[in-house]
Amino acid sequence: MENKKQKGESKPTKGISRRSFIRGAGLSTAGSVLMTTNAFALDYKEQLVTGKEFGPDAMTIKMKVNGITKSLSVEPRTTLASALRDHLELTGTKVVCDRGSCSACTVYLDGEPVNSCMLSVLDVGEKKVTTIEGIAKNGELHPVQQAFIEHDASQCGYCTPGMVMSCVHLVDNNPAPDLEDVKKATRGNLCRCGTYPHVFKATLDASKKTI
Amino acid sequence: MFLRLLWTHQKKRYNMDTRKDKFPHGIPGHNLSEIEREIPIEEPPAWPINKELKVIGKRVTRIDAHDKVTGKAKFTSDMKLPGMLYAKMLRSNVPHAEITGIDISKAKSLPGVHAIHLIENAPKEGEENKGSKYPMVKYAGQPLGGVAAESLEIAKDAIKLIEVNYQRKPFVIDMEKAMEIGAPIVFDVPIEQQADGGDVGEVHDGSKGKGNVRGPSTSSFFGGPRGDLAKGFEEAEVVVENTYRTQVHTHMPLETHGVVVDWKTDVMTVYASTQNTANVRNEMASIFNLPKSKVRVVCEYMGGGFGAKHSAGSYGPMAANLAKKTGRPVWLMLDRKEEHIAEGNRPSSIQYLKIGAKKDGTLTGIQQRSHGTAGVGLGAGVGRIAQVLYPCPNFATEQYDVLTNAGPGAAWRAPGNVQGAFGLEQAIDELAEKLNKDPLEYRDLIDKSEVRKVERQRGAALFNWSRRQPAGSGKGVVRKGLGVGQSTWPRFVTLDSSVEVKIHNDGGVEVRSSVQDIGTGTKTILAQVVAEEMGLQVKDIKVNIGDTFFPVGPGSGGSVVTGSITPPTRNATFEAKKELLKLVAKKWETDSSELFIKDGQVGHKNDAKLNMSFKEATKLMRTSQISKTASRSDDYGGFQQPWGLAFGDLGSVQFAEVSVNTDTGFVKVDKIVAAHSCGRPLNTGQLESQINGGVIQGVSYALYENRVIDKATGHMVNANVDQYKVPFSMEIPEIETLIVEEYSARSSTDAYGIGEPANIATAAAIANAVYNAIGVRIYEIPITPSSILKALKKVS
Repeated sequence: MENKKQKGESKPTKGISRRSFIRGAGLSTAGSVLMTTNAFALDYKEQLVTGKEFGPDAMTIKMKVNGITKSLSVEPRTTLASALRDHLELTGTKVVCDRGSCSACTVYLDGEPVNSCMLSVLDVGEKKVTTIEGIAKNGELHPVQQAFIEHDASQCGYCTPGMVMSCVHLVDNNPAPDLEDVKKATRGNLCRCGTYPHVFKATLDASKKTI
Repeated sequence: MFLRLLWTHQKKRYNMDTRKDKFPHGIPGHNLSEIEREIPIEEPPAWPINKELKVIGKRVTRIDAHDKVTGKAKFTSDMKLPGMLYAKMLRSNVPHAEITGIDISKAKSLPGVHAIHLIENAPKEGEENKGSKYPMVKYAGQPLGGVAAESLEIAKDAIKLIEVNYQRKPFVIDMEKAMEIGAPIVFDVPIEQQADGGDVGEVHDGSKGKGNVRGPSTSSFFGGPRGDLAKGFEEAEVVVENTYRTQVHTHMPLETHGVVVDWKTDVMTVYASTQNTANVRNEMASIFNLPKSKVRVVCEYMGGGFGAKHSAGSYGPMAANLAKKTGRPVWLMLDRKEEHIAEGNRPSSIQYLKIGAKKDGTLTGIQQRSHGTAGVGLGAGVGRIAQVLYPCPNFATEQYDVLTNAGPGAAWRAPGNVQGAFGLEQAIDELAEKLNKDPLEYRDLIDKSEVRKVERQRGAALFNWSRRQPAGSGKGVVRKGLGVGQSTWPRFVTLDSSVEVKIHNDGGVEVRSSVQDIGTGTKTILAQVVAEEMGLQVKDIKVNIGDTFFPVGPGSGGSVVTGSITPPTRNATFEAKKELLKLVAKKWETDSSELFIKDGQVGHKNDAKLNMSFKEATKLMRTSQISKTASRSDDYGGFQQPWGLAFGDLGSVQFAEVSVNTDTGFVKVDKIVAAHSCGRPLNTGQLESQINGGVIQGVSYALYENRVIDKATGHMVNANVDQYKVPFSMEIPEIETLIVEEYSARSSTDAYGIGEPANIATAAAIANAVYNAIGVRIYEIPITPSSILKALKKVS
C-alpha cells in the first residue's frame, strides 16, 4: 500500500520539535521562548532567531480539542501533552518517556498521529487536536476499541490510549491491513506488559468489521 | 518482604467441625480422578471441573476494559485534586559521598515554591557519618529531598537551584571489582534487606560476609544442602560444569512509582501506584505514627509494577512531609530517569553450576555458587530452581550478594528464579547432549512433575518438536534453531487475605477488598467467582477493590493473588447467598438447603413452581444489605510448610524457535510455545495475556535489556526509553499459549496465578535454541549480535 500513512513516518515535519524548541529557548531567559512568528502560525524556520518573545509568564491561547474550542492559560514552555493532561484534564493521553520514544502520548493533529510530548502547545495553532477521549463518537466505541475489549488487548492499560490511537489511524486509513501493517503501525508504541499479540489480533479483527 | 508476611501468619489449626467432600483431582485428558478431603464444615461444596461451570474458566472480557480503551481510567499519575501541588525529588549526582551542606536558599525564594523537605540522617550503630545532618550518599540518584511547587516545571527549576556540597569518596560499580580485596567499601555496617528487595520467601543476610561480599545464603524454605556432593560427583560418569552470566535489567513500568498524598485532619489519603495497598498503608502509618485506621491507600488503576511496587519508597513519605508542610495535596510521580536509576532492578548474576549424572541419565550431584549485585540492596540470589526442578540426592548452593554503588534491586517477576533457570536449563540441555539424549526425552527421565510431563507432550505436538535437527547442522547464512526450557514456581498463599461480599436490597451485589488489580485482571476474576457462586452474570457484580478502607487483601507479588483472594471471595459469596436463601425459604415455608440460584432466578430443587427473581428475593431483606466477610482458610489437606505454602508446583515448559544470522549475529525469535499450569484456570483470555507478557519480557531479557552504568562517574547512561532497548511490535514473536487444567483440591476455587511462571523459562529456551542453531553455546545474556559473532569467532 503505497499511499499508506504510517505512524513512524508521520512525526511532525512542520512546527517546532521539542529539541529545536529547547535550543531556541536556551537563547532567552529561563522559561521564556523566542518565537519567530506569532503563536498561531506554523511556518517556523529554525535558522531565524529574531522574533517575538513570549513568556516566561503564562499566556492565553485557544485550541480546538475533540471538536470543541478551548481557551487555556499556559506557560510558553508547555508541551501539548502537558496542556491536555494538566490544563484540560484530558488524562487519557499519557506521558511515559517524555522524549518521543514510546508513543503513549499519541494524539492526532488534523488527523495525523503525533507525539504530544514533543510538541510545543504554541505550535498547535489552528490544527484540530484529537485525543483518545475523542475517538468514541456519542458514546459509541470505534471498532478498534470494541475489538480491544473483546480480544483482551490491554493489561495494565497505561499504553492502551496510545496503542488505540495508532491502531485506529491504521484501520481508518487502510481498508485491509495485514499483520505486518499492524506491526508497523504500532512499532513506536511501548507496552511493558507485553500485550502486543492481542493488540495485533484485535486490530486485524476490527479492520474486517470496518469494511 | 514476603517471608515476613508469610511468617507472620503462622498456620492456625482451626478447632471446628469438619465434613467430607469429593473434589476433582488431576489433569483432564490425562489422569483426572476424584479425591475426598476433610474440610471445615462451612466451606462451600466442591466445584466440578471448568467444563461444567458457567462463568469460571471462560474467556470473560475484562470488566474495566471499556475505561482503559476510552482513556477514562484514572491512574495515580492522572489524579488532580483541588489545590494540589506538584513535587520533585532532589537526588544525589555522585555515587558515594558525605554531604557537607545543602543550600536551599535560592530554591526557597523561587516564586511558586511552597515547601522544601530534606531527608534527615538516621544513622545506624557503627555507621560512618553518625554526626552528619544528612545521610551518606551511596549511589548516584539517591533521594536527598524534595520540593513542592505550583507546577511540576517550577518544582524542577527549584531542584536545579539547590546546591549540595559533597565530600566525595571512592566508589565501585563493577561487581567483580567490588569483590576484590582493597575495593572501595559500599557499607561498613551490616545491612538489612529492603522491603521491595529480594525473592519471595527469602531473606538474605547482610550481616555475614566480608567487605562488599555478603552471605552466603545456602538454604531456602525447601531446606538446605542435601546428601553428599563429593560422593555424588564421584558416582558421576558425565559432568557439565559452566559459569553463566546475567545482566541487570530494570522494571520500567509505563507508570512510574509515585503517590498523591491528601493529608486531612482525620485521615491521610494516599493515592498510590502500588502492587500492595495494604503494605503502603502499613509503612505510612508506621513512619508518621498514625493508626492504620487513619491512613487510606487507594489504587484503582495501576500502570505496571512487575515486582518493584510493594513499598511506599522514599517518595511516599516525601510527598506526605510536603503535604504536611503545605497543608495541600501533593502529587509526586517520578520521571523515567528516576524510575530506572532508583526504583528497582533485577540483580545480575555470575553463576557457577556443576551437574553430574550417571550414563543412564540419573542425576548424582548439583552444585551451585552464585554472586550477584543488587547495588546498595540485598536479594541478588539465583532462586531455588536448581534445588527443586529435578530431584537429585546431592545438592548444595552458595548464593552471595555483592554490594556496589548502584541503585537497589527489587523483586522482579520470579525473582532469582529467572536468573537461575538461565543457568540450570542450559546445563541440563548440555548434559542431555553428552548423554546422547533428546533434551525433551531427557527431561521426561529426570523430571517427576506430572503436569510438566503433560505440558511437554502437548507443547511438543503444538510446536512440532520432532523437526528439530542436531545442533549446528544447518547450512546457509540464517540458521534455525529449536530449544526448550522448563520452570517451577510454588503455590504461594497469603492467609491474610480478606474480602467482603454485599448483597444490596435492590439486587446489587458488591465485592470489596484492599487487593489491587495491577493489570492482571483481578477485578474480573473476582466478579467471575461471585457471579458463578451467586448464579448471576459478571455484569451484575460491582467490584470495589484497591482501597485499604476495605478488608485487607494480599499484595500482588509471588503470584499469590488468585490463590489467596478467590477462595475467600467464593466463601463470602456462599455465606451471603445462604442468608438470602433463608429469607426466601421462610417465605416459601421450606428448607433453605432445598433452594438454589441459577441464571438470576431463585428456585426449588423439588418444586419447579416455586420461582422468584434474585432481585425480588433481595426485597425480603430486613436491612439494606447482607454483608459477609471471609478470610483465606487453610489449604484443604494442610500446607507443605507451616507458614502458608501450598503443595505442588506451577510447572511450565516453553519452546523457542529462533533464526540466527551468522553474518550479522542478529537473533530473531520466531516463535514461542508456552505451556503452563495454574490449577483451575479462571479466565483464559487474561491468562493468555499474562503468558504473552511473561514470554515477551523473557525475550527482552534474553536478547535486549541491559542497564549500563558508567564506571567512571557512577551514572546510568541509558536511563530512558530510547536507549534502554526492549522489544516493540516488530520484535514480537508468534506466541502460542497452552493452558493445562490441573485440579489439586486445595481450596474452594483451586485456582492459582500465572504472573511469575510465565517469565521464568523463556530466556533459557531461547539460549538453548540459539545453541541448536549455531552449535556454539552462549553463556551470557543479553545475547547480542556481538556475542554471536564472538561465539562464531568472526570477531575477537
